[in-house]
Amino acid sequence: MKLTVADVEHVARLARLELGEDEKNLFAGQMGAILGYVKKLNELNTDDILPTSHAVPMENAFRADQTWPSIGVDKALANAPKRVNSFYYVPKVIE
Amino acid sequence: MPMEIFDLTIHELRDKLESKEVSSVEATRAMLARIEATDPKIRSFITVTPEQALLDAEAADRCIADGKAGTLTGIPLALKDIFLTEGIRTTCGSRMLHNFIPPYSATSWEKLKEQGAVLLGKLNQDEFAMGSSNESSCFGPSRNPWNTECIPGGSSGGSAAAVAARQATATLGTDTGGSIRQPASHCGCVGLKPTYGRVSRYGVIAYASSLDQVGPLTRDVTDCAIMLGAIAGHDPKDSTSVDTPVPDYRAALTGNIKGLRIGLPKEYFIEGLDPDVQKAMAQAIETYRNLGADFVDISLPHTDYAVATYYLIATAEASSNLARYDGVRFGHRSPQSEGLIDMMTKSRSEGFGLEVKRRIMIGTYALSSGYYDAYYVKAQKVRTLILRDFIQAFEGVDVILTPVAPTPAFKIGEKINDPLQMYLSDIFTIPVNLAGTCAIALPAGFSTNGLPIGLQLIGKPFGEEAILRAAQAFEQATDWHNRQAEL
Repeated sequence: MKLTVADVEHVARLARLELGEDEKNLFAGQMGAILGYVKKLNELNTDDILPTSHAVPMENAFRADQTWPSIGVDKALANAPKRVNSFYYVPKVIE
Repeated sequence: MPMEIFDLTIHELRDKLESKEVSSVEATRAMLARIEATDPKIRSFITVTPEQALLDAEAADRCIADGKAGTLTGIPLALKDIFLTEGIRTTCGSRMLHNFIPPYSATSWEKLKEQGAVLLGKLNQDEFAMGSSNESSCFGPSRNPWNTECIPGGSSGGSAAAVAARQATATLGTDTGGSIRQPASHCGCVGLKPTYGRVSRYGVIAYASSLDQVGPLTRDVTDCAIMLGAIAGHDPKDSTSVDTPVPDYRAALTGNIKGLRIGLPKEYFIEGLDPDVQKAMAQAIETYRNLGADFVDISLPHTDYAVATYYLIATAEASSNLARYDGVRFGHRSPQSEGLIDMMTKSRSEGFGLEVKRRIMIGTYALSSGYYDAYYVKAQKVRTLILRDFIQAFEGVDVILTPVAPTPAFKIGEKINDPLQMYLSDIFTIPVNLAGTCAIALPAGFSTNGLPIGLQLIGKPFGEEAILRAAQAFEQATDWHNRQAEL
């Protein structure tokens, strides 16, 4: 299966990844090979098969609607690359 | 030759701690010295925590003196760097988290800590658990203690190498497509992937949430049973953990497997299996026959589709799980960028290694508009077929015996340029994760050039007792687990 550099750029944009020219070419080839390989799943007829998203039979795990203290702002922001008061500081979002 | 402290298993060390022959501080010092002496060659550790370890050990010695010790009190352990440890740097083998100090700990570590275990440090791994060779770690590969030119396996490469090199009494790893079992096999130790939901995933950095499981790597099966009992159980903080009682796994090690029905799936015993692996498996079958087990030929007909299924589901889930690494709240943030989207894009591109990017790209493609049904949903449907294969097989057998890997450990650098070749070598371990059931890898022999070969026992969901019993019976009838890597 062949992926073009444009295909790779499209997916990279969706994944918020910036790739160098060498990486784009490398991925076009490797992704093409891998995605070509997984097409073998089409050998199987799965028309009447339901998808499995969860191997172990489970239902929604609910808990009582109770609150308790969380870890607190200081702990939560301790790893912030840039912090201002109780906020994560980032580049401007809206022009 | 007298045994060194670092050669002792959990149960042997426990005896010596109880009899006061050895203290936890002495044992911990011995392990730390062992790490210092051997890790330049093996590189199992990303972070060693000597001060904390000695504090833990002192507390354990007080507990032992008070007569309040449990099985793991004072035992020096190490954790794959995927387990959050409060206040202790946790990197997941990635530049993205090179400076991350977690504000809380993983439940599985909390449980071990509560029982008085000592933390030696955090272990090397493939970046974000993506890999089968430990080569994708941003800290460089760990090395196989049996031959340092070879991979230890992955992604829990450091966890396996540390056990084989006797740098830690036991370790924890994670297994998404074989990442405990394959390195255990390559390094000649025991590795168990529990049934999905048996052990809490809270505080374990997520790779593929429907496949990830936490499990122990140990020197012998008894230790494995001890560790599993210590970490298993329902956790309200992990809504995928199952609320079912934890049996006494050690009590399951009766040594009696007469009449045990062992299935041999024909799809796993193929032409082209490495001759040393073939030989080890044939010997293993002979050993099990002598122990009174019965063999049943079975078929797991969709085995050939497992790798393709996995590399769609796991990559799709990974692309979603790794979306959180955006430079906003923690981890690497790019020093130079223009605007929010550019900051996120650059942070991710600088922080992630090549293998992680590759898998995010494949997963994103598989989930993108226009391809979602053809790739992701299709893979989930095939997953149902694979799951059914196991359900059907287990109607006629108690456990399933297979190889762990098609070959012994390969040389570092040998497969790094052909990702598809690398992925195909996970063929025997992946189906177990897709089916959500349990499996154990244990030493079953050596290749002609001295590299360990493991066998795998697959059990029914929540059937860890049967595979532990079958594993221990084999271990007691053979001597493989007593061989030690020369360092």
